[in-house]
Amino acid sequence: MPDLFFYLFSVFTVVCAFGVVLNRNTVNAAICLLLCLFGVAALFTLLDAYLLAVLLVLVYAGAVVALFLFIVMLLDTQGGHNRPFKSLAIFASAAGFALLVSGAWMLVTRGEWPAHTASAAVASPTGSVLKSYAELLFTTYLLPVQIMGFLLLIAMLGVIVLCKKFEGLEDVK
Amino acid sequence: MTIGIDAFIFLSALLFAIGFGGVLLRKNTLVIYMCLELMLVASTLAFVAFSSFNGTMDGNVFVFFILTVAAAEVAVGLAIIVALFRRRQTVQVDELDALKN
Repeated sequence: MPDLFFYLFSVFTVVCAFGVVLNRNTVNAAICLLLCLFGVAALFTLLDAYLLAVLLVLVYAGAVVALFLFIVMLLDTQGGHNRPFKSLAIFASAAGFALLVSGAWMLVTRGEWPAHTASAAVASPTGSVLKSYAELLFTTYLLPVQIMGFLLLIAMLGVIVLCKKFEGLEDVK
Repeated sequence: MTIGIDAFIFLSALLFAIGFGGVLLRKNTLVIYMCLELMLVASTLAFVAFSSFNGTMDGNVFVFFILTVAAAEVAVGLAIIVALFRRRQTVQVDELDALKN
């Protein structure tokens, strides 16, 4: 049964990813991205990473895609921009896609992978427990957590500076 | 589950390739940004697969950091796109050729 779910969700995810790339309408592309993220979250649950699945849906679907939709509607660039793709761009993207896929296919078929005995459910008994995340985050990865917090602060300040119009700057000086 | 790690890795590489092709193909800056997000999510799928099949938590914890960086990146990038649109009135990359010549 999990195998069936894997094939189902992987096909769904790939189709939605193609929808993001090939859809002419920006809003439809954002919705396809949302569906694709739901598919990836379902794959996360197949890998016993339940917390990450919930976080992916919350952060990406709740924040990022909503922000994308908001910006699309704010900018309103839909009208008259449905020009056809350039043939050079089509060739470049098809070549890049084919190269990456063939490289991954070589890696998968010729590489030596661990045997299937290390199944996900057996190998990570604490995979879904919040405590194991917290233990790593507050011991081994404490410094990266602090840096991430600082990065978020800097990003927030940067966005404020980018979006603010500095008209009365001379008065401040 | 009889699905091996190689299937997950191939799926993640496929998603990454789709995002890469989209970055090269599309003209709209917003859609290019969505494709970049797709590539980031593909990398997180590879992290989770490796972490789950090796029985360690480090990959899962690293996905936390990737999600944080992605959120910060989206906020700053969209702010830059909005600032660009305010100045140039377009978000199509082939019209943003101020550095050409």
